[in-house]
Amino acid sequence: MTKTELCLLSAAQMANGLVAGDFTSVELTQAHLDRIADLNPALNAYLYVDDAGALATAREVDEARAAGQDLPRLAGVPVAVKDIACTVGMPTTAGSKMLEGWMPPYDATIVAKLKSAKMPILGKTNMDEFAMGSSTEHSAFGPTRNPWDLDRIPGGSGGGSSAAVGAYLAPLAIGSDTGGSIRQPAAVTGTVGTKPTYGGVSRYGVIALASSLDQIGPCARSVTDTALLHEVLGGHDEMDSTSLDAPVPAVVEASSTRDLTGMKIGVVKEISGEGFQPGVLARFEEARAKLVELGAEIVEVSCPHFTSAMAAYYLVLPSEASSNLARYDAMRYGLRVGPDGVESPSAEQVMAASRAAGFGDEVKRRIILGTYALSSGYYDAYYGQAQKVRTLIACDFEAAFEQVDVLISPTTPTTAFKLGEKLDDPLAMYLGDLATIPANLAGVPGMSIPVGVAEDNLPVGLQFLAPATQDQRLYAVGAALEAALTEQWGGPMLDQAAHLCLAQPFDKQEAGA
Amino acid sequence: MSAQTHTADSVLSIDDTLAKFDPVMGLEVHVELNTNTKMFCGCATEFGADPNTQVCPICLGLPGALPVVNAMGVESAIRIGLALNCEIASWCRFARKNYFYPDMPKNFQTSQYDEPIAFEGYLDVDLDDGTTYRVEIERAHMEEDTGKSLHVGGSTGRIQGADYSLVDYNRAGIPLIEIVTKPLTGAGERAPEIARAYVSVLRDLLKALGVSDVRMEQGSMRCDANVSLRPKAGDGATSAEQLAVPLGTRTETKNVNSLRSVERAVRYEMTRHAAVLDAGGSITQETRHWHEDTGVTTAGRPKSDADDYRYFPEPDLVPAAPDAAWVEELRATLPEPPAERRKRLQADWGYSDLEMRDVINAGAIEAIEETIAAGASASAARKWWGGEIARRANKADVAITEMGVTPADIAELDGLVRDGRLNDAMARQVMEGVLNGEGSPTAVADARGLELVQDDGALEAAVDKVIAANTDMADKVRGGKVQAAGALIGQVMKEMKGQADAAKARELILARLLPS
Ligand SMILES: [Zn+2]
Repeated sequence: MTKTELCLLSAAQMANGLVAGDFTSVELTQAHLDRIADLNPALNAYLYVDDAGALATAREVDEARAAGQDLPRLAGVPVAVKDIACTVGMPTTAGSKMLEGWMPPYDATIVAKLKSAKMPILGKTNMDEFAMGSSTEHSAFGPTRNPWDLDRIPGGSGGGSSAAVGAYLAPLAIGSDTGGSIRQPAAVTGTVGTKPTYGGVSRYGVIALASSLDQIGPCARSVTDTALLHEVLGGHDEMDSTSLDAPVPAVVEASSTRDLTGMKIGVVKEISGEGFQPGVLARFEEARAKLVELGAEIVEVSCPHFTSAMAAYYLVLPSEASSNLARYDAMRYGLRVGPDGVESPSAEQVMAASRAAGFGDEVKRRIILGTYALSSGYYDAYYGQAQKVRTLIACDFEAAFEQVDVLISPTTPTTAFKLGEKLDDPLAMYLGDLATIPANLAGVPGMSIPVGVAEDNLPVGLQFLAPATQDQRLYAVGAALEAALTEQWGGPMLDQAAHLCLAQPFDKQEAGA
Repeated sequence: MSAQTHTADSVLSIDDTLAKFDPVMGLEVHVELNTNTKMFCGCATEFGADPNTQVCPICLGLPGALPVVNAMGVESAIRIGLALNCEIASWCRFARKNYFYPDMPKNFQTSQYDEPIAFEGYLDVDLDDGTTYRVEIERAHMEEDTGKSLHVGGSTGRIQGADYSLVDYNRAGIPLIEIVTKPLTGAGERAPEIARAYVSVLRDLLKALGVSDVRMEQGSMRCDANVSLRPKAGDGATSAEQLAVPLGTRTETKNVNSLRSVERAVRYEMTRHAAVLDAGGSITQETRHWHEDTGVTTAGRPKSDADDYRYFPEPDLVPAAPDAAWVEELRATLPEPPAERRKRLQADWGYSDLEMRDVINAGAIEAIEETIAAGASASAARKWWGGEIARRANKADVAITEMGVTPADIAELDGLVRDGRLNDAMARQVMEGVLNGEGSPTAVADARGLELVQDDGALEAAVDKVIAANTDMADKVRGGKVQAAGALIGQVMKEMKGQADAAKARELILARLLPS
């Protein structure tokens, strides 16, 4: 098998090939590292690549396998980690100048889980600064580009992870989803991503944006691969008080579902229509028809409070973020600069100067908004009111799930927009998360899978939502729809962007095209 | 301005202050719990460890770290709440108190805001004049301590003007309980004493609960005193009329770290406020720093009710929801409240109020209890611990238990007296030997040859000799003046070099001189 062929395999095929002895983990890992070396300069999906660390793990796995040891299912299959999770031995920046070069002294729980699953960690992927953004343009280290079209955004905040997976620079990647940061990038890059139930995956060691909304989850190119990684990541962690003390949902098993007879699916009236790109709505309608073919019953449901979700989200998130980001004060770690023209500055002056220099505009915007929303006299009107809206949204979900097993909507209103297109219009940027935000406010799980390309030849995602702790339902409907669509297309979604399967720098392809 | 040269503000005399104003106090006490680990991480809490050796990603507030509640901290908080007669919340949340400070790793303190674990309680405080004042408790809530800054250079040891500062995060995250009183009104002239007595009783209570080391000098118990004055309602005003007078502006004197200082600081602030108000000035709402050495307070940072900590419920923690059965279990483990215990012991031991107060002031309750348990009589235990030992301990400025005498020693000595082997004078000599480290009471008595003569023959001979030598006295006794026998007894004891039982001597003298 050529190096490119190795990278084009699914994670499940990689795992099977390693067990069968078709190739080694070192070969597989090296193939990815080479592809990263070729393509990352154009994509900027990775902020840091750990060749030595990844290969060391790969060698360890190969030796263990040669010695006949029992190994975890994904042992030897490489993975990429969003630069929001603390990793011993690799810098962790959260896409911010504030943490440039910071080496954490501890591993996030999910990183420890990847390590004990013996998965070579290829490196750290790019993201919007402190996960604030929907385009990865807010990274302090330059934007990531969409592998489908280098002039377009790969989504955000986890654009680095989805671009890496979409361009075959990793079969699997970790993301974090506070308002859609796993699902929206998946949708615009033609990949799969899941935001698990809140508490389903430990947040310990993952740099917090908004604690009550953040959730870590898997990114991959297929539902089954996503499920495989989900099971590695999930489970109770005593280091995270908000982690659920419940078994990981059987998502891998659910991924073998092909028949949806008896399944009731709700279309959320409020997440559709005006503001949605025609090609997005067309693919959504086709997918909906496909679900009926698979045996599902589709009904329309109303979640009236979803229309207030955006407003509530942009109060809760900045409020929590303003507090979570207070620790970046130059006293113990991270960027430290002194104020201009001050001979012996006070601690407060250094804090202020460092925060002014270290944070980007979007981060500052949200810190200011959150500080204001929490101020005494405004708390009730803003933060307090937003929390009430959350309760109402949770009630909407509850009522909807009394009628149906899962809900569906387009994941995003449009396909990937052009770099810079919405940079000066934060509100337009925020609207891209319209469909994904309600799940975070209510803590329910959601998944995006690709359902074809729109009139602009760019990928369209469909979002599934399920009741809390019922993550396996996402995988059941997702896998069934994915299988039906793959059959209809005659191959996986990413085949529709043939250039993605080549191992040559993107700029050469462009030139050759 | 150095610590030695604080310009004292003008003050009014305490009498003038009380003649013109009515003091209102509010006391906030921070208590460090003695849990083995910190409130939200597994770090050790030992006092005095090398700087920054008891830290981890959580208490250093590193990116990504998350807190987990120490269940022992919650248990201690509930027990404290119960001991303060508080109601215990069936559901309450932690909250973030947001402000920037270099010794606070996350730049927010995990605390509680409008949902304290315990609320609406009281603590009764006995005062020297025999009255009892009920201190009403508003709340007791859980929070974490901050790190500790050491400001190097400059002249004040404060952050302003320092060359540089060092921060020790060992203390960051140590569990704290903050106990807040309601405004204490109607205290009048007793206000400073009430402040001291309250902190003292609270300290004893927390000690009895075993939840804290309560060492004010080490900072494991810290008191902030809020003081304000309002005008007297006028001569002959009822207490209701006085209570209706609006409160004055308050100052908060921080970190007053001894019982004596609590009393002094409250008195100082009362008299300082009085001087300002009396001169037609107004009090600035601010924090004040107490200076133990000079006995004055100096202005700290201005404080206003608008201080905005942007509290909101801590999203990284789940609410504490102690179930009612557990709370009742904890209630059953509460030790007897110190005040009630004292009343019970006083009754058991048969001490007068005055005797009991002396014993309390001498810090001798536990020692006496143990001494009685070891077999001594209550009066002997009090006589020794509250008398000679207390005197010497006081002089040496150490606790009575550090004088080298054990409860068992006292019980042994009391046994020797009751067996008739020693009389009181000899017992005092034996005690002196024990205090000098000469050994146990028996060993000292043996070594010093102290023993009452039990041989009646020697005593009878001495009695005969004294009667023969003092015929005048003997005649008086014969004539019915029994009290004259006292002089004869003295002579006999002298003759016996003190090693005789005086009661026995009296018995023999009277038998000789009075016809039966
Ligand atoms: Zn710690």
